[in-house]
Amino acid sequence: MNALGLVSMRLCAGLMGRRSAVNLPFLRFSSGMTSSQIDEEVAKLLQLKAQLGGDEGKHVFVLKTAKGTRDYNPKQMAIREKVFSIIISCFKRHGAETIDTPVFELKETLTGKYGEDSKLIYDLKDQGGELLSLRYDLTVPFARYLALNKITNIKRYHIAKVYRRDNPAMTRGRYREFYQCDFDIAGQYDAMIPDAECLKIVYEILNELDLGDFRIKVNDRRILDGMFAVCGVPDEKFRTICSTVDKLDKMAWEDVKKEMVNEKGLSEDVADRIGEYVSMQGGQDLAERLLQDPKLSQNKQAFAGLTDMKLLFSYLELFQVTDKVVFDLSLARGLDYYTGVIYEAILSQTIPASVSTPAEQNGADEAGVSVGSVAGGGRYDGLVGMFDPKGRKVPCVGVSIGIERIFSIMEQKAETSSEKVRTTETQVLVASAQKNLLEERLKLTSELWNAGIKAEVLYKKNPKLLSQLQHCEETGIPLVAILGEQELKDGVVKLRNVASREEVDVPRADLVDEIKKRTL
Amino acid sequence: MADKAQLQEAIKTQGEVVRKLKSEKASKEQIDEEVAKLLQLKAQLGGDEGKHVFVLKTAKGTRDYNPKQMAIREKVFSIIISCFKRHGAETIDTPVFELKETLTGKYGEDSKLIYDLKDQGGELLSLRYDLTVPFARYLALNKITNIKRYHIAKVYRRDNPAMTRGRYREFYQCDFDIAGQYDAMIPDAECLKIVYEILNELDLGDFRIKVNDRRILDGMFAVCGVPDEKFRTICSTVDKLDKMAWEDVKKEMVNEKGLSEDVADRIGEYVSMQGGQDLAERLLQDPKLSQNKQAFAGLTDMKLLFSYLELFQVTDKVVFDLSLARGLDYYTGVIYEAILSQTIPASVSTPAEQNGADEAGVSVGSVAGGGRYDGLVGMFDPKGRKVPCVGVSIGIERIFSIMEQKAEAEVLYKKNPKLLSQLQHCEETGIPLVAILGEQELKDGVVKLRNVASREEVDVPRADLVDEIKKRTL
Repeated sequence: MNALGLVSMRLCAGLMGRRSAVNLPFLRFSSGMTSSQIDEEVAKLLQLKAQLGGDEGKHVFVLKTAKGTRDYNPKQMAIREKVFSIIISCFKRHGAETIDTPVFELKETLTGKYGEDSKLIYDLKDQGGELLSLRYDLTVPFARYLALNKITNIKRYHIAKVYRRDNPAMTRGRYREFYQCDFDIAGQYDAMIPDAECLKIVYEILNELDLGDFRIKVNDRRILDGMFAVCGVPDEKFRTICSTVDKLDKMAWEDVKKEMVNEKGLSEDVADRIGEYVSMQGGQDLAERLLQDPKLSQNKQAFAGLTDMKLLFSYLELFQVTDKVVFDLSLARGLDYYTGVIYEAILSQTIPASVSTPAEQNGADEAGVSVGSVAGGGRYDGLVGMFDPKGRKVPCVGVSIGIERIFSIMEQKAETSSEKVRTTETQVLVASAQKNLLEERLKLTSELWNAGIKAEVLYKKNPKLLSQLQHCEETGIPLVAILGEQELKDGVVKLRNVASREEVDVPRADLVDEIKKRTL
Repeated sequence: MADKAQLQEAIKTQGEVVRKLKSEKASKEQIDEEVAKLLQLKAQLGGDEGKHVFVLKTAKGTRDYNPKQMAIREKVFSIIISCFKRHGAETIDTPVFELKETLTGKYGEDSKLIYDLKDQGGELLSLRYDLTVPFARYLALNKITNIKRYHIAKVYRRDNPAMTRGRYREFYQCDFDIAGQYDAMIPDAECLKIVYEILNELDLGDFRIKVNDRRILDGMFAVCGVPDEKFRTICSTVDKLDKMAWEDVKKEMVNEKGLSEDVADRIGEYVSMQGGQDLAERLLQDPKLSQNKQAFAGLTDMKLLFSYLELFQVTDKVVFDLSLARGLDYYTGVIYEAILSQTIPASVSTPAEQNGADEAGVSVGSVAGGGRYDGLVGMFDPKGRKVPCVGVSIGIERIFSIMEQKAEAEVLYKKNPKLLSQLQHCEETGIPLVAILGEQELKDGVVKLRNVASREEVDVPRADLVDEIKKRTL
């Protein structure tokens, strides 16, 4: 913090006790700090004061959410609900069940599972009981759940928030509390059928979310390892060369090759050989061609991976998704726990790599996914065994849908669209233009509720018709049911279309049906 | 940090404890708890690897929801949310943790039950304790003066499980609140209509909603001769009338709280009163009560409330009950509590006690509670701007444990499975239909659709299959 900042803080400290917050803007301009910087320093000041003020807390106004977290307002919730509804409906169509786990786990459960990222785990304070931490993803809790309940077979989805103490300076816009949406099939089954179903599900979801064109890249850990072996990469460099290959979605081959040779110590020959393979893309045909490759086919791992890839594509053909699935030898992903097939779905309209967005929070595994990606996953047969005392294996394959990325795309769409996002589903407002009709309005509203109609009434004894109509326009209520002395005598209700302003008198007994007809 | 030798000693001792419990055939719960402690000690010894230590349990007071429980949960939420939407409510969501100061000073004695996050160099944080304080913070932060919102989410309380068996530390709350300055009692009445609709639709049997008013209670205490400074404490004693008989409640008032018998008897006359709009009218004629400003205001509003409840057609299950007290810390007007007619005996502690949005909780048998709280949001606003609020918290956890679930359809993965195991799978999971493929059927362009329960089979043309399944599974 610069000297100027310190001075303005002392000024604040002196003034806060006597003047209202209104005077602060004056100081803000003179100090040259940005508004959000000032808010941050003010918050720290208030925190300190709060400690001084004791437990009262009444006179200290700390009006902010924790760093890296945010409230969801009704508009955002409406978008969120729509997205979840589409995704969950797809999971259910495929017979998946859902589970939920606690927001915190025993610290030991999470320890040792996330490598370097472990420092990003939120711990709970030691308050005399068990040591706890907030969950970092949904995969480790899933493995713990399977082992704890001795479950060998399950097809489950899990949508919930996870927590990571990311450093906001490095990654602008990254949240510390964010949603993950995982789908996994656990169990020993005949090869590649569940793997194919995962891809079918990603395909269906991305279609239904209407996000434009997309591609799903697939590859296989065994093919990658086999490929590295036949190219001459030393065993101990497999992982590190893998992360370099992973950068091909952001960097050109020349730069990737430079990193392999200059930073990771590969010879140019080896790098070139890798380069030939990783530029290959195709479908079942590519798998068949590579099975004819004399070097690759001799490598056990690669052979197994390629055979399964061929089988996978035959199933994808039956599932009618091959138009958007590509076998891409440059796909690497975070390979720490993947043991077989890996895949990543990318929208064709991608954001340039220089823009950091919550996109990087997509993906259930620690490695994250690249910008433009909206889903990622693969097979991980060894994870559950780490939790089982007898080391019993439960093979798993799954995918994580990049919900946060999808949220921000949908939010942007909503902003630019002329159609307003409704935050309520109200079909009709019960109104009156005349005075002293509150009782009649309440009575009719109650009748409508009892008939299952979504209705509102203003909490005012004698509201003006204009303000009632304004309420409809602001919140998107399509109909208004207007009561008046004459209408009551005649046993009718004036039903008005808010947009078109057309009105018609409807017999009271027919009102419910009429509303249903007009609001589907 | 214990040094290695001490740790090993502790492990040895704890190992003994586990062995003893097992040989004594102690309860599974107890054994699991002591085994977990043992594993935790071993984990400290083993360092950060964690690979060879199998701590297979959820944190104390928390639980996973398996698919069956999730199905029930979804059904319950669906009914409740559909009701909120029918009344034009929006929804919001807030983070699972707040700044520690946001929660400080809001929960009185219960503050010690708040989960804090470790100081890891940043802001001091705590897990939310309820949904009401985050709501007030949200309104003040966004300078919102009017909103009708529901919020369903988990909250966290470090309850002492020894005292309250079965109480979870992570549990759902389901809040509905109307914030804003409006004409008296209309939103209050709508809250009650919503509780009524929800409890009907959940099909939990008969129920009653008790209503009272903080001003009526305070006025009543005043005219009975309770000293001002004893209002709160006498209130908590009156609150026990749903669990204790009047004689015991009176004893507590006189012996423990220092009221004279006369005063206690006068209270006794009032708190035995129950009724509807008629009772409000009768009490407005009571010479003492009607002279008390607070009571008069409360009774006038109660009369108005019942006139609206009449129009909303809910008076058959709403009772004006002068013995209803609830946790009155932030309530300023009407208060209410919904109780199922088939209640559990008071001796059984259940997650029922976690119902209710406020710290005071509700009594066993209760499935919803709430009231008007006009002063809370002002505590968060720097200018002290008031935003009047009225709301209700539905006792979701209690409702979960009362309901039942449904089945779903699936596809089996085996390429060459036995038909029998497929049919058995249907029977086990409750799948009602099975669509059987065979060489002949494929040639003929039909699918054999079999009713699992009746075993009746019919050949359905492939093109008609979707409609036929929909017809049969509604």
